[in-house]
Amino acid sequence: MNPEQGIVLDYALKGGDFDTAGEASSKIKRILQQIGVRSDVIRRIAISSYEAEMNVIIHAYSGVLKASIYPDRTELVIADEGPGIADIDLAMQEGYSTAPDHIREMGFGAGMGLPNMVRCSDEFSINSVAGEGTKISILIRHS
Amino acid sequence: MSEYFHSVRLTPERCKGCVNCIKRCPTEAIRIRGGKAKITEARCIDCGECIRRCANRAKTAVTDSLDDLKDYKYNVALPAPALYSQFSADVPANVVLCALMHLGFDEVFEVALGAEIVSDATVEYLKRRDAKKPAISSACPAVVRLVQVKFPELIDNLIPLEAPVEVAARLVRSTRCRELGIAPEDIGVWFITPCPAKMTAFKQPLGAEKSSVTGAIGISQIYGELLKAVAVVPRDANCQRATARGVGWALSGGETSAAAAGNSMVIDEIHNVSEVLEQVALGKIKVDFIEALACSGGCIGGPLTVENRFVAEHRMHQRLAKMRAEDEAHGAAPAKYHPDSSLTEYDRTIEPRPIMRLDEDIFKAMYKVEQMEKTLNKLPGLDCGSCGSPNCKALAEDIVQGEAVETDCIFKLRERVRDLAQEMVGLAAKLPPSLEEREEN
Repeated sequence: MNPEQGIVLDYALKGGDFDTAGEASSKIKRILQQIGVRSDVIRRIAISSYEAEMNVIIHAYSGVLKASIYPDRTELVIADEGPGIADIDLAMQEGYSTAPDHIREMGFGAGMGLPNMVRCSDEFSINSVAGEGTKISILIRHS
Repeated sequence: MSEYFHSVRLTPERCKGCVNCIKRCPTEAIRIRGGKAKITEARCIDCGECIRRCANRAKTAVTDSLDDLKDYKYNVALPAPALYSQFSADVPANVVLCALMHLGFDEVFEVALGAEIVSDATVEYLKRRDAKKPAISSACPAVVRLVQVKFPELIDNLIPLEAPVEVAARLVRSTRCRELGIAPEDIGVWFITPCPAKMTAFKQPLGAEKSSVTGAIGISQIYGELLKAVAVVPRDANCQRATARGVGWALSGGETSAAAAGNSMVIDEIHNVSEVLEQVALGKIKVDFIEALACSGGCIGGPLTVENRFVAEHRMHQRLAKMRAEDEAHGAAPAKYHPDSSLTEYDRTIEPRPIMRLDEDIFKAMYKVEQMEKTLNKLPGLDCGSCGSPNCKALAEDIVQGEAVETDCIFKLRERVRDLAQEMVGLAAKLPPSLEEREEN
């Protein structure tokens, strides 16, 4: 296997489906542990993929979480079809959330999702079109 | 001695090779090989779950016995707070303690006293600015080992304080050596234990270089003799010192209330602990303190206890209510935080012991992950355990590690047999050309 060959994992996500929430992230985490990635790095990957996964389930209609695991890095791409983010700068602020009350009552939507993802990743980019959807790309290096 | 000491052992004659233990092991440490359960030492955390699940009583815990007291000049019993829960609340704690003296101990020193000191040390630790939150209690050794093998990323969250039994042992050993002028090696300090995990902790200490505890004697092992002694000890015997604050540690939640940890969480039973730690690792749980215990209900539910855990819990609540009233009446104060940090702090760091990794070489590991996923897709997903691995995922892992083959799965074997049978039927229908009737042109 050469360094550019990686393991690609694809997970379909469904908005509002809390029954399976977090499953994709746990599977990714288990595989990273089996590969032997450093535990603090796994933690950063797991936190960002979990936050991104939850964002789709809370805010969007449907989405895809794609994890590409290479020996030296993990790339996560989370793309959804949803309402999109009207003001990305505002959304990136800690504590800002558009989550409705019933979601907050479940302990989600504290407005820490995006800031957490940024904090955990080495490279982060976000694109969003209001009324269409959001795409987040995250890169985390293994060393 | 091998790399890892474990107190959980197998009595092969009793093992029927059933799947009850392999399916309940929280770290998937057991396989059935050659009709007998086999523990992978690196994965075992000595939680005792397999002891609890084995209907044939083939899983046992190696502990010391009263005979071992002979090797020491002076013997101290360190009863776990859970010991009191094995007796009706009508039997005063001091009677239980004095009964231990009848069994041959020269002195009884309550672990509950160590618990009071650790409670105070925990209060101090939680105030420290460098304390990593959520701070996870390290009092339950099975939980500490679960973190080592399954959640190495949470090692820094473990509170670097010794367990109450170690603190009690350090205290009694150092003071008695001085007061009585006995050499340290002549003092036997014996933990009267509800669980096998503690036994392992003494032989292979988690924090300290060397444990101050000489050995451990299971509660169930001396219960019969203790019952007889309890009947003859005078009720007004005076052996007791600890207060309800320390004794309460026997129950799940006792440590949290003793440490008055405000924003805290209490979890018991090893599978629940594992699930919650998974959430902690995802950064989801914003609390200051987590009390996690491997046994259902806390130490009173330990595999080496005798009473049903709900009976024990009820008795303990009754006893604690009584004790609190008495503590108040006598103005009894719990043992105080010891300024001497060598009493309560770890001597060394806790190392991770990751068990998930498939190969030291990351390229090989990635290849194995791919093979494993492919293999898993072919398996039936029934998680029946008949192959000797706890579930299909574990079998796929064992196959890729060369420790099992696909036909260990009885469903895959059946498929193979069916295919072969069909092939044989096909072959049987074929006749040699000499016999075959051919259509002549």
